[in-house]
Amino acid sequence: MKINLPDLHSGHISGHSSYVYTGSRALEPGRPTAVFIHGAGHDHSVWTLQTRYFVSHGWNVIAPDLPGHGRSGGPGLKSIDEMAKWVLAVITELGVRNVMLIGHSMGSLIALQAAATAPGQISRLALVGSVAPMPVAASLLDATLTDRNKAHAMINQWSYTPRTQLGASSIPGLCLTALNERLMQRQAPGVLHTDMAACNAYTGGFDAAAQVRCPSLLLSSALDRMTPPKAIEPLAKAFTGGAPLTRIVLPDAGHAMMSEAPGAVLDALWNFATSPAAHQEAPMI
Amino acid sequence: MPIHRNAGADTLALHAGQTPDPAHHSRATPIHFTTSYVFESSDHAAALFNQERAGHVYSRISNPTNAVLEERIAALDGGVGAIACASGQAALMLAITTLMGSGGHIVASRSLYGGSHNLLAYTLPRFGIETTFVAPGDLNAWRAAIRPETRLLFGEAICNPSLEVLDIPAVADIAHAARVPLMVDATLVTPALQCPIDLGADLVMHSATKFLGGHGVAIGGLLVDGGSFDWEAAAAHFPTLTEPYDGFHNMDFAEESPIAAFLLRARREGLRDFGACLSPMNAFQILQGIETLGLRMQRHVSNARALVAHLAAHPLVESVAWPELDSHPDKALAARLLPKGCGGVFSFSLKGGRPAGSSFIEALRLFSHLANVGDAKSLAIHPASTTHFRMSAQALLAAGITEGTIRLSAGLEDPSDLIEDLDRGLHAVQKAISR
Repeated sequence: MKINLPDLHSGHISGHSSYVYTGSRALEPGRPTAVFIHGAGHDHSVWTLQTRYFVSHGWNVIAPDLPGHGRSGGPGLKSIDEMAKWVLAVITELGVRNVMLIGHSMGSLIALQAAATAPGQISRLALVGSVAPMPVAASLLDATLTDRNKAHAMINQWSYTPRTQLGASSIPGLCLTALNERLMQRQAPGVLHTDMAACNAYTGGFDAAAQVRCPSLLLSSALDRMTPPKAIEPLAKAFTGGAPLTRIVLPDAGHAMMSEAPGAVLDALWNFATSPAAHQEAPMI
Repeated sequence: MPIHRNAGADTLALHAGQTPDPAHHSRATPIHFTTSYVFESSDHAAALFNQERAGHVYSRISNPTNAVLEERIAALDGGVGAIACASGQAALMLAITTLMGSGGHIVASRSLYGGSHNLLAYTLPRFGIETTFVAPGDLNAWRAAIRPETRLLFGEAICNPSLEVLDIPAVADIAHAARVPLMVDATLVTPALQCPIDLGADLVMHSATKFLGGHGVAIGGLLVDGGSFDWEAAAAHFPTLTEPYDGFHNMDFAEESPIAAFLLRARREGLRDFGACLSPMNAFQILQGIETLGLRMQRHVSNARALVAHLAAHPLVESVAWPELDSHPDKALAARLLPKGCGGVFSFSLKGGRPAGSSFIEALRLFSHLANVGDAKSLAIHPASTTHFRMSAQALLAAGITEGTIRLSAGLEDPSDLIEDLDRGLHAVQKAISR
């Protein structure tokens, strides 16, 4: 569905068209809502399998294309803080409640910041392939500016396991690295650099984690070279708000775990979403 | 923009899509002879049917052995995925029916494999899909033939049997200016010699029966999506990909996957409903062939070059159609688009018309007289006395064939033995002409 949202660059409603995937179903007021936030240079389609399951199992799904990505208009937002405000604006605009935020990579920082900014609005938080801070290698950041194709190749090299690098796929008939490369090519020029720069500049992760008041999940992959599981330790320790924190490390996937291990990611998210500790109702927005 | 390859073509030909199976650690790709797959639970079954989980349900839709073949050809061709089909014809039909219905229009090269030409010229009009045929090298004709209802441009990388070379970058530009995809039949080149997606094509089809398999034991087809065509930007033209589909959970395929929408629809509708799936046995056999594709294609090319050189110098040969010869109008184009060689298939014309052609064919001992190309064994056919028997000399010329045209598919035998066999045929021609 298409919605019009505040233009967060100029601070007034300018009518930028923003796209939100809802799994081909209208949002229903009585349902819990899962908000799936994609990472740098991506769009909603990275979550396609997981979102469809949530939709068919009694949840509303909101999987937006961030500004400048996919079907959403406007330029890309320049900071994680802006992106978090934008996601909260989407949630407010759509009037959903009992919200679980799920973010991948850059999307995980957005989810974390949003949960910290509006702790009363978020009932669950799942960070997939996350670390904070999330420094971006200088060579990659430079390549996003000077040579997109080189940047895409570097991202694929660090995001997928050797098995996938050689064309094996958990999704029959698809070449996952090629699919990811085409998805990144499809985004507007400059968006990937803006995203990566935003990740690199974000320093609020520890403070944000301390403000989180809802049950949280840190979902990592053992073979992730972009956000290695061991690098998440400092962030995990920063969740000092007292709410339950669950950590899961998938054994056979890399950073692109939603496509490399779609079933395992779905199981982890679904179990977390439906666990008793995660069933605390958030207030109506 | 070409997809970055994570390994060389010969490495991908051996490994892409397959890792030792986790159950038994088999190094070779197991043949999954099963029609169906056990569900873990009712919820698991529903999730597979509704595309919430990845996996296999029924082998008409997908099969683990076929998936290895699909992922391997996608990796080699620089595509985002592929679908294995019962034949090359099935792959062509699957592509067309995924893109259009009645009222659709195709612009195609007039120099096509006879089976493709039959489908486009005679069969599809019965279902309301028309084709305009153009000379493959006439870029203005491609451009002029496009109509508002055109949904596909289609040609062969190297045309059969005229050996014209398709200017893929130029035809792709024409297609994209009209927001129409270009599909290339790459059967005669295979990814070992040319990857049309790298040159601008959007879709590629192969008759895997030919060089990909190489052994002549398995019929199969492959349809590869480059993932580069923006279906949403041309949404009004492609409602099958950009509008909710009642037949599959109201899915808008481009919404689910802007990149793989075509493959989603082709698998979820085309394989499901039309059912032209590949047997896993055939998939395995074609995979065995692909493992040595690079080596074999080098030999096919070198043998073809040796045979062409011999024939081009022979007094009983009127002409040889081979894009590497100075006499071929597409020599420069071939040098640019096919630097590794122009494959193993070529044609030549004998002096003496139909009788000469028949005499030549019947004298051959090593070349097999049959209607196929791309076998490890060398093959020959005389179109005027077989596939094009009913056509007049004038009609043959229009198709780029003379009464004395012979099509050869150079195999992997010792080239000296093949040349000796050609000389045997040419000697028979000399005797026939002298009578």
